[in-house]
Amino acid sequence: MKKNASIAKIALIGFIAGLVNGIFGSGGGTILVPCLVFLMDIEDHKAHATAISIILPLSLISSFIYFKYNVVDLPLTLKVAIGSVLGALAGSSMLNRISVNVLRKIFGIFMIVAALRMVL
Amino acid sequence: MLTMLIGFASGIISGMGIGGGTLLIPALVFIIGTRQQIAQSINLIVFIPSAIAALCVHIKKHNIEKGLLLKLAVTGCTGSVIGSFLAVNLGSNLLKRYFGIFLLIMGIYEITSKNKIKDAKPRKGS
Repeated sequence: MKKNASIAKIALIGFIAGLVNGIFGSGGGTILVPCLVFLMDIEDHKAHATAISIILPLSLISSFIYFKYNVVDLPLTLKVAIGSVLGALAGSSMLNRISVNVLRKIFGIFMIVAALRMVL
Repeated sequence: MLTMLIGFASGIISGMGIGGGTLLIPALVFIIGTRQQIAQSINLIVFIPSAIAALCVHIKKHNIEKGLLLKLAVTGCTGSVIGSFLAVNLGSNLLKRYFGIFLLIMGIYEITSKNKIKDAKPRKGS
């Protein structure tokens, strides 16, 4: 599937995804998926799957470092985790009924509002 | 309870394949008052079990580009070590600002990117 994605390009994309995922604790996938799809011509569902397989080790490493520096709150994490698992199940079953495109825009607006509050 | 609800909402979004973490983190920071770094660590840790579950399915379906995975993971791991050390050593308020800038870029991307994927696979099932 991939065309002429040079080693340097792949290396750089990996590095940036790792860096962002480590420093912001999120966003690795948001960077990887479009890179895989647009720069390397990977099919969409494979790009998603491959992105997850890359971010899993990255998140393990980052979690370990955060943990070592005592930047964790396990009780709070557990609560979020329970909600999140239930939500993920609900989300994937709603996938066919809701326009993901519209949601994307709505969440984009939420993100911008939150972003402005954080910066200003 | 509120925390669980926030988790639930971000889970729904992740389940739909739109990065849930970029919303979970600001929600925790603003609604619960979690420190920026803690919110980030929560997102990282919560991602792990759901990623494992998702990968089990993807491995069976041979959806993973293994050659690419290895190449990307090498520099990815390096980046993630550097990024994580930066995150735990930066001041909370400074990190929040940087995160805000990152979020702004991501938000603009979400709004402006036209979906190449269309409504793709209605056979997601189960």
